[in-house]
Amino acid sequence: MAEGSTKKFLYINRKAPHGSIYALESLEVVLIGAAFEQDVSLAFLDDGVFQLAAGQDTSGIGSKNFSKTYRALGDYEVRKLYVERESLAERGLSEGDLMPITYEDEDDDYAEKPSIHLVDRAEMARLIRDADVVLSF
Amino acid sequence: MRFGIVVNEGPYTHQASDTAYHFTKAVLAGGHEVFRVFFYHDGVNNGTRYTVPPQDDRNLQKLWSELAEQHGIDLVVCIAAAQRRGILDESEARRHGKSGDNIAPGFRISGLGQLIEAGIEADRLVVFGD
Repeated sequence: MAEGSTKKFLYINRKAPHGSIYALESLEVVLIGAAFEQDVSLAFLDDGVFQLAAGQDTSGIGSKNFSKTYRALGDYEVRKLYVERESLAERGLSEGDLMPITYEDEDDDYAEKPSIHLVDRAEMARLIRDADVVLSF
Repeated sequence: MRFGIVVNEGPYTHQASDTAYHFTKAVLAGGHEVFRVFFYHDGVNNGTRYTVPPQDDRNLQKLWSELAEQHGIDLVVCIAAAQRRGILDESEARRHGKSGDNIAPGFRISGLGQLIEAGIEADRLVVFGD
């Protein structure tokens, strides 16, 4: 057990949001896990960066569009979303293609602050190394 | 050391369940403790007793069930993932008006909190997936 009563949980999302169920079921773990008051971070790399793409529309394929749920993560105290810069660039994406995701900082007069942080590959490796529990989806 | 094991793929299509099984056996043989094996995504399909593989091949469901019986390890199938894929125990089958259940011996159906708890309680949580 890590020091104190919390562990650093890191959820790694590597797959596109649609085409397989990994992204949706990962999100379900994150939402349930939020009740356990652990130190939670989410990482998005490889095709996982598409999970945060703005303007998702699944009406043509008949599957559930759960992308709005990411925007509600702040309400679950999930405030640290790390997106790998190289994964975005390799797919021709930039930060502007992502949904704006924010949380309200209760220590700062409920100011809205961005939850998404772009990190480079080396920094991502550090985040993974520093985590106590790594769940990869 | 105390291990938590996560199996994210079903039997046969992927090797994940085989590797997780052999890893779990090795953990036990090494004198370590297995806090829980948690089956998620298609991994829940390891927990149906209706699996009937050819006789000259391994029966993964049976191997897991025997391991649970021999070592008393906790095999947990995620309820939400299981319901999507038709894995039911007796009470779930009754609750959803289904004519029968298919959960294999030694497996139990429970919630995702059991996965988070395994992450908190285990010294190492090892994930087996595609």
